[in-house]
Amino acid sequence: MTTTGTRPARRPRGALATTVALLLVTTACGGGSGSGGGGGGGASEEYSAPDSDLSASLTYSVWDQTQVDSIQQNIAGFQEQYPDVDVSVDVTPFGEYWTKLQTQASSGTLPDLFWMNGPNFQLYASNDFLAPLTGAVEAGDVDPANYPESLIDLYTYDDVEYGVPKDFDTIAIWANRAIFEQAGVPVPEGDWTWEEFQSTAAQISQALGDQGVYGAAGGMDGQTTYYDTIYQAGGSVIEDGESAYDTPEAQAGIDFWRELIESGGSPTMAQLTDTTADQWFTSGKLGMYWGGSWFRAALSDSAVADDVVALPLPTGQEQATVIHGVSNVVAASSDQKQAAQALQVYLASEDAQRQLGEAGSVIPAYTGTQDAFVASMPDADLQVFLDALDYAQPLPVSENTAEWNALEVELLPQAFSGAEPVEEVTTELAQRMDTVLAEG
Amino acid sequence: MASPTSAPARRRAPRASADAGGRRRPLRRDGAWPLLFAGPLVAGIAVFYLWPVVQTAWFSLTTSEVFGGATFSGLDNYRQLFTDPLLYRSLANTLVYTGVVLLGIPIAVYLASLLNLPGLRFASFYRVLYFLPYVAMPTAVAMVWRVIYNGDFGLLNYVLGLVGIDGPYWISTPGAAILAVSVVGLWSSLGFSMIVVAAGLKNIPPEYYEAAELDGASRFRQFRSITVPLLSPSIFFLLVVTVIASFQLFDLLYAILGNANPALTQSMSLVYFFYQAGFVSNDKGYAAAIAMVIFAIIGVTTAVQFRLQRRWAQGG
Repeated sequence: MTTTGTRPARRPRGALATTVALLLVTTACGGGSGSGGGGGGGASEEYSAPDSDLSASLTYSVWDQTQVDSIQQNIAGFQEQYPDVDVSVDVTPFGEYWTKLQTQASSGTLPDLFWMNGPNFQLYASNDFLAPLTGAVEAGDVDPANYPESLIDLYTYDDVEYGVPKDFDTIAIWANRAIFEQAGVPVPEGDWTWEEFQSTAAQISQALGDQGVYGAAGGMDGQTTYYDTIYQAGGSVIEDGESAYDTPEAQAGIDFWRELIESGGSPTMAQLTDTTADQWFTSGKLGMYWGGSWFRAALSDSAVADDVVALPLPTGQEQATVIHGVSNVVAASSDQKQAAQALQVYLASEDAQRQLGEAGSVIPAYTGTQDAFVASMPDADLQVFLDALDYAQPLPVSENTAEWNALEVELLPQAFSGAEPVEEVTTELAQRMDTVLAEG
Repeated sequence: MASPTSAPARRRAPRASADAGGRRRPLRRDGAWPLLFAGPLVAGIAVFYLWPVVQTAWFSLTTSEVFGGATFSGLDNYRQLFTDPLLYRSLANTLVYTGVVLLGIPIAVYLASLLNLPGLRFASFYRVLYFLPYVAMPTAVAMVWRVIYNGDFGLLNYVLGLVGIDGPYWISTPGAAILAVSVVGLWSSLGFSMIVVAAGLKNIPPEYYEAAELDGASRFRQFRSITVPLLSPSIFFLLVVTVIASFQLFDLLYAILGNANPALTQSMSLVYFFYQAGFVSNDKGYAAAIAMVIFAIIGVTTAVQFRLQRRWAQGG
């Protein structure tokens, strides 16, 4: 759910997050970039929960219009504690959100509290635009143990935490039972292997190929496809600040998709560009779609909703899925930091998180508040997405994620389509990605 | 267009002052009024157009940080740019697009002449029909064409299939993609070109055609010897405007191809290249250098066009 279910995927979509609180203890203002905005957060400020007569007026920037209602409910809860704090919610569509935020950061006018995602987090943290969470954690107002560990890691930079996840999403397989039945292929149960997945996909394509139905689909969205298989192969995308694409494990993860396309188990890359995998699936032309938990919203309005069941991703060398989530962060430049942090802490609380989950659009990050998500489609076994937390790995990010994401889009299709050997493509990708990472 | 008019004025100036010093006086008597009237416009252009040009030129000599702040790096950006294969590929793509869209001008002349035929019924209906694409949002147009071009389920390949042709995946095949975008560009610019040409046609006195007919000139001869020459100012205007607009191709390409398209790198335009550098890679200095190159190309092209026009107008 994240951004808008209909637009196929740009990666950051994700989820939302948790909240957090914070305060500064030092953040080292390091890094150059004289950009005026951030700075500062020096060691002088200490976190403390404000008195309830605190008066302030906060701006809270988010990108998902569909969540505004539940956010307003959260804020109403917050105002029971702090009646004199006004919060205005500012919604900017995802596409423009980051452009706007960058401009605001450059001019020192960041909103007091705002949503952050994984791909952009390090950029802002490394330029000292975010207020650390350390104070709230030390004061015991936020306990990182209540949230998925890989998400806490995602929002930690140089060992300092900046954001508490507000929600999360994991990847699993959305399967169309009607297509399995029609193809005469049993719906897999429990954990399964790469080989079993590949042969299931190929069987469905063979059985129903004359109707234009495919077993499964690759695609150019790493979060829902090749990042998962790279982790499953025991590899990673970035290791110690360098690209890991030229490792045998990552190459195996990429090769997985080449094999799937070659066997006819998936439409070709060209087909998937014209008609994206989620469109194939909601049109009833795809047996298995690798998708995020956010896809539930788009799915529940589609014709195939009643036939859908979630399956765990297959296991390669190990079991893995990619997790991502949005977090709430406080601007280091906010002049009402105490109030902003109080709101950040409140949004991360169990009560607020449960309220968010019941509103139904996202999976809240606070452990134990996620039942509403599973109950929203009782026949689809959505528990799979929560169980995936046990083996979830964070979305790979760096300080300049978008830059090497563009390289992936440029180079990987040649590997998937078999036009060039996986080894050559990934070696070139790793070299160019290292250049970009070094500049970052 | 300012330069051709102001140049003769300057040349005439000495003569004017020779015969009457008084000629200048009205200006002086007007005091600050001319400035006052022209001021807002000039200020607006200066602040929002000229100053950014100067700034961009400066940025192109710097290496910039994501959140502002830049360090002077001389011609580094340009050195890197001229060895970047993407520059030449995107330039070639832009030229292909411009070439295809320019084909729209003769088509527009032909169609507008047809619409201008005396006694044509439903003329305004046709005019609306052709003009509609121009008023439609490029993104909306792009969405519709995406569906038409869809390789598996698109209208185009369906129709081609009826006559036994197996169409490619238009928007995801390198080579085909830029052509597909160009055709949409041609189609959506046709309406505007036709309106301009139609206005030009209305300015041709009907007597010319009557006289030509009396002299026994054929329809085609009339078109070639009366219509085309007298339309040349309109055609020239279209030429300049179309070339400038084509060099700025971005939204249509972005909306039709999307940003996860395997054919994108082979199909990007100059402005897309600029966008990629400035807003994806956050390399604003490099992007500024690309912008300066685009600026120079458009400037030179337009200057050459004006040159040619002078010769062409005198010769004709």
